[in-house]
Amino acid sequence: MTPANAKISAMLDDFFTRAVVAAIGVALVAGPLGCFVIWRRMAYFGDTLSHAALLGVALSLLLQINTTLAVAGVSVIVAVLLLFLRRSDTLSSDALLGLLSHSALALGLVCLAFMTWVRVDLLGLLFGDILAVTRMDIAMIYGGGGLVLCVLALIWRRLFAATVSPDLAAGEGLEPDRTDLVFMVLTAVVIAISLKIIGALLITALLIIPAAAARRLSSTPEQMAVVAALTGSASAVGGLYASLHYDTPSGPSIVVAAMVLFAVSLVPGGVIVRRMVSKTRGDRP
Amino acid sequence: MKQPDLTPESGSGSIPAPLQEPVLARLERAGIRKGADWLVRGVDLTVSPGEIVTLIGPNGSGKSTTAKMALGILKPSEGRASRRPGLKVGYVPQKLAIDWTLPLSVQRFLRLTNPLTDAQCRDALEQTGAVRLMNSEMRTLSGGELQRVMLARAIARHPDLLVLDEPVQGVDYAGEIAIYDLISEIRGSLGCGILMISHDIHIVMAAADQIVCLNGHVCCRGTPSDVSKSDSYRALFGARAGTALAVYEHHHDHVHLPDGQVRHADGSLCSDCPGDHHDHAAEAHGDSANGHVTDTTGRDDAGKRKDLGNAG
Repeated sequence: MTPANAKISAMLDDFFTRAVVAAIGVALVAGPLGCFVIWRRMAYFGDTLSHAALLGVALSLLLQINTTLAVAGVSVIVAVLLLFLRRSDTLSSDALLGLLSHSALALGLVCLAFMTWVRVDLLGLLFGDILAVTRMDIAMIYGGGGLVLCVLALIWRRLFAATVSPDLAAGEGLEPDRTDLVFMVLTAVVIAISLKIIGALLITALLIIPAAAARRLSSTPEQMAVVAALTGSASAVGGLYASLHYDTPSGPSIVVAAMVLFAVSLVPGGVIVRRMVSKTRGDRP
Repeated sequence: MKQPDLTPESGSGSIPAPLQEPVLARLERAGIRKGADWLVRGVDLTVSPGEIVTLIGPNGSGKSTTAKMALGILKPSEGRASRRPGLKVGYVPQKLAIDWTLPLSVQRFLRLTNPLTDAQCRDALEQTGAVRLMNSEMRTLSGGELQRVMLARAIARHPDLLVLDEPVQGVDYAGEIAIYDLISEIRGSLGCGILMISHDIHIVMAAADQIVCLNGHVCCRGTPSDVSKSDSYRALFGARAGTALAVYEHHHDHVHLPDGQVRHADGSLCSDCPGDHHDHAAEAHGDSANGHVTDTTGRDDAGKRKDLGNAG
């Protein structure tokens, strides 16, 4: 082991450092993906997948498999189910999301209650628990997150066209249905890796709020994705420190920090930041 | 789930003959059903290179649906839709719903489905008279400006097939004529086929090679006459809308009821449309134009025709 590695290894012995490293990793991925979530008006969709995550946790305990994998699996299944049901025109999209979202959440809670032999920290699942982050989780976050960002970069052009107009993308041969499916799977993966830090109830906030805060500071879509990733990371760090200091749950603390940054982006002072950002980055796509 | 379709597809089982001419897009007895209702049914349509085909018809008559079938956005529930392999399409959809949270400049929008240089962007916008909008945000555009930008994007691709869903909605009168001139010009310079949906029958008459009138099915089709292009026609029908409507107005002898049934002029009901039953050349209507406009009483579809006129 090289000295640098040894140093990092020692650092990761501290639970708080692990939590910070993990939260930054999550925020870096959630920012760009969250931009698409708000551009496509899919906030409720994110909520549905994250509520389904609880069912994934229950399954992972029952089958004794890795939690992140189980959550990602269940989220992907719910996403595909949604796509399928939406095409069959049985219910409105909105009602369908509400139905799946709360059914999955309730089913997950009921399953957990049945498993009397396992002790589950329900509050930790719902709102995040910084004490629970292991090295394995960090590996999952950076491995999975890196993969998500790579795939997102690959499909960026198609996904962006499908976001602006699905009909236009379909008419000009970009096959938006396939891109949509990939996007849903990516969202499911992000939700799975964020569960421990943010908790099932608030994951969507980490997708949406940094992206919304980035909106007023950006003039191109790519710039907005980068700013969202940075805003998310800043709220992750700020939130976790507050969580440590005031002994508050990590998820809500990070979300409150993100909300504060969003509020800051709204005030006139944001104009100055906006000018600085557009000056340094230029306006070219 | 959907009921099984009892109507056999026309031509099913037979091997399609090799295309004689390089047809860009073709619909054969194609129809789309949503739930129990047919949005449009039994449409035959071909678009060839250098040809302008225009779809007209009242609101809800299936014009956009037909265009989407031709493009492959919607799969026909019956019949066939085919396109030339490797066909490059430029599409101007009827609506564009961009969320305000999406920062999108006009330039970036032009590059949405294909890479373009700045010069190419500028050139396309110049053609549609929107070059001053080059650095604007998409969400600040007015309806007419948006149409010009969308058209610029579609032609900048140099498509083989240009599909325009009401390309002049919201465009002012002078701009409208300029855009229709541009469309004819593009057909000449790019040699592309154009499938257009329009309410503006006056200008449709001047530009289209083939007009297909839809009303849940193809109710008639024809080539616009020489009359409509002649100077005397322009002099007579210079003012738009009402008078222009007269040229291609015709008597619908049946109505589509909400439950999908068809009521004929004699009051009889049936479940399906009889099909092309009043094919006609446009000039026949041009001759009796005035009579059609004034004589709207006692017709079962007067309301629908009024829609058509108002929109134009």
